[in-house]
Amino acid sequence: MKVLMFGWEFPPHILGGLGTASYGLVKAMAHQPDMEITFVIPKLYGDEDQSFLKIIGACYVPVVWKENDWNYVNERIGWIMNPDEYFWLRNGIKYDFRRIYTNDLGCIEFSGRYPDNLLEEISNYEAVASVLAHQLSFDVIHSHDWLTYPAGIFAKQISGKPLVVHVHATEFDRSRGNVNPIVYDIEKRGMDAANHIITVSNLTRNIVIEKYFQDPKKVTTVHNAVEPLPDVDSYVKTPRSDKIVTFLGRITMQKGPEYFVEAANRVLKKNKKVRFVMAGNGDMMQDMINLAAKRGITDRFHFTGFLKGRQVYQMLADSDVYIMPSVSEPFGISPLEAMQVGTPTIISKQSGCSEILTHSIKIDYWDIDGMADAVNAIIRNPAMYKSLHELGREEVNNIRWEDAGKKVIKIYNSLLGK
Amino acid sequence: MKNLCFYFEIHQPMRLKRYRFFDIEQDHYYYDDFQNEERIRMLAEQSFLPANRTLLEIIQNSNGKFRCAFSFSGIVLEQLEQYAPEVIDSFEELSKTGCVEFMAETYAHSLSSVYDIHEFEQQVALQTEKIESLFGKKPTVFRNSELIYSDEIGEKIYNMGYRTILIDEVSHVLGWKSPNFVYRHPTLPKLKLLVRNFKLSDDIAFHFSDRSWSDYPLTADKFISWIKNMPDDQPVVNIWLGYEALGLFQRPESGIFEFLKAIPFFALQNNIGFLMPSEVAKKIEAVDILSSPEPISWSGIEKDISLWNGNDLQQEALEKLYAVGERVRLCTDRPLRHDWLMLQSSDHFRYMSHKDAFGTYYESPYDAFMNYMNILADFLLRVDEQYPTTIDNEELNALLNTIYELEKEVERLENELKKLRSRKKTEN
Repeated sequence: MKVLMFGWEFPPHILGGLGTASYGLVKAMAHQPDMEITFVIPKLYGDEDQSFLKIIGACYVPVVWKENDWNYVNERIGWIMNPDEYFWLRNGIKYDFRRIYTNDLGCIEFSGRYPDNLLEEISNYEAVASVLAHQLSFDVIHSHDWLTYPAGIFAKQISGKPLVVHVHATEFDRSRGNVNPIVYDIEKRGMDAANHIITVSNLTRNIVIEKYFQDPKKVTTVHNAVEPLPDVDSYVKTPRSDKIVTFLGRITMQKGPEYFVEAANRVLKKNKKVRFVMAGNGDMMQDMINLAAKRGITDRFHFTGFLKGRQVYQMLADSDVYIMPSVSEPFGISPLEAMQVGTPTIISKQSGCSEILTHSIKIDYWDIDGMADAVNAIIRNPAMYKSLHELGREEVNNIRWEDAGKKVIKIYNSLLGK
Repeated sequence: MKNLCFYFEIHQPMRLKRYRFFDIEQDHYYYDDFQNEERIRMLAEQSFLPANRTLLEIIQNSNGKFRCAFSFSGIVLEQLEQYAPEVIDSFEELSKTGCVEFMAETYAHSLSSVYDIHEFEQQVALQTEKIESLFGKKPTVFRNSELIYSDEIGEKIYNMGYRTILIDEVSHVLGWKSPNFVYRHPTLPKLKLLVRNFKLSDDIAFHFSDRSWSDYPLTADKFISWIKNMPDDQPVVNIWLGYEALGLFQRPESGIFEFLKAIPFFALQNNIGFLMPSEVAKKIEAVDILSSPEPISWSGIEKDISLWNGNDLQQEALEKLYAVGERVRLCTDRPLRHDWLMLQSSDHFRYMSHKDAFGTYYESPYDAFMNYMNILADFLLRVDEQYPTTIDNEELNALLNTIYELEKEVERLENELKKLRSRKKTEN
């Protein structure tokens, strides 16, 4: 079975959870028998791991016909793409996209990030999709998140192949209610056009059904998983006299950082032997610094700024408790990462991962008393720490992408009538 | 002649309220009165009262041939007295027929038989006193909370003066032996063991209204025919279940009460009698020994006590609780002593089980543990306030003894003084 998949990020160049999740899923699916996946991303850097699937960078796909000779193309992009492929793809140009700004090869320069002209990039991505849809052969189209829905829809209109859209998040999660109508429109069109919708949790599934008015029959939940950590043993907890409680993620409205600060305040009123760490960056960071100062807890409340790579896991491993107080979290991979290094977790019930985790403390995001109580219980009772530490790790090691991948393939098969 | 021995367990823990760690040292009341009242009222109305009415009717209609037994924890009796006193009255009425027996167990439905022998003794004494004061009969047959039993626990119970103990049908203890005989303790020949017939008990308690069960519908006729078709030498079939199975797990519309009413009719027709546990022990000789080196219970697949102490959470909670047992027994503060009992109910630990937290009202085992440990922390501080933990138990005991001796001495001297004074008066 051949799958044309549209994504936005691919490791090692990832900015959010979307890249990690689509990578894990695709990798597991590619290892299943009879699966041939072509993964399209806006910007190809060249250091991506292409051992198990083919990646096409939209920035090297011509959308406007330019006359170039083989040697010139080879000189320009030969290091990352075979010029023959360029010329072959060029034959897929069936529409006039000269309104779009293109370079000397007729290709669009994508940032592959989340720039201010994001909507323009999304529609340019659509143009690339038309070329690919005309030239490639495939059985199913799979679009990851709203950025790639328009591309998926166009590919479906051209090829007539079934479209699966994968909802990693909705505008309702990101905006805490202040929905951007343009984004909503793109999402809704994608879902309407899709033959099947995959959501990362039942929480998201309900939003898709209720807020986007989709038929429950065409919406299936496939929970995310987590890649095993190969160097898990290299993260060792540094012994300290104070306990460490951590928030890690973007400091934005969606993640509920203020509830973390308030819970910290409650705990510190009773117990001074705890330190709270807010790791990450975001538009609410300044507010959180102010709030911590207002509560008078800054001597025990620390900000680390943005962490990446090894730092993330080391921070998690050094923590006695990890808290994810998200107001609305379609899935939330970070508690699973914390559990991989054996850190007890407290997660909000408004998160998708709470649907599949047993050995984690679940509270409502607004329940700061409950959150503080749980923190206290974990740092005071060795049995509580030990249970969450051991059983949590065991549990997360059994959540595999392979199972998620098989579910997705089953959905493909049902769409193809197999 | 074959016999049926019916026995019903009645127990409800005091449910704990949501207690945060901010409440420690601030709030010393631990119970969710609203939930407790609601639960007891519900049980009384849906199960206890209609079931009692049914049993009374059966006893009267069978001219006292139908007999059965009950066990209560002290905690459930307290709650019934408070929230549903008419249930106590209705049991008194049953008791007056003489066809009903009440059994001894621990006051708190606790695990004290495993963790604290002195506590165990005290709780049994408390429970039997309570039964005697309510129903005027002193229990003679023992059934431990959750039917927890081992050779060692059997010996303890024997030393407390009981000669009959109820245990569950556990395959690794019975082996090929049938539960339908009376057995004895391996080293104490006078200690008789009655064994629950696990299958037939569960058929009534859990399968009765299950339409996917191969024997559905279960009729009294069918049930008695199973017993009739057992080998003739098996003298007693013990049907023991939680009382709430009648009316709550098996709804009245399932026909459970009609089923019960029909049992004596078919039984007596087939020459099957009814006995209370004390009568079983009196009339039927033990055929063999049963030995259980490790504690067994009537819950879970393993039928051990791992549902209460199998994981780290449970072990920590139990250890912290029973570490102060001796100390609490030195205290005289009544509310403290009462809380001590309430906190010992095995249910609190069952709610912390990852395997099977039967009857839990918490969201997760962790939630149950957190709440319990906050309450326990407050409780331990109160114990500490009475007698600081910096003094060890022996020293404390010695000090208390000295105080006691001194008080006695003062009393003696005062008496002497009084005597001398009065003598002086008379002399004057």
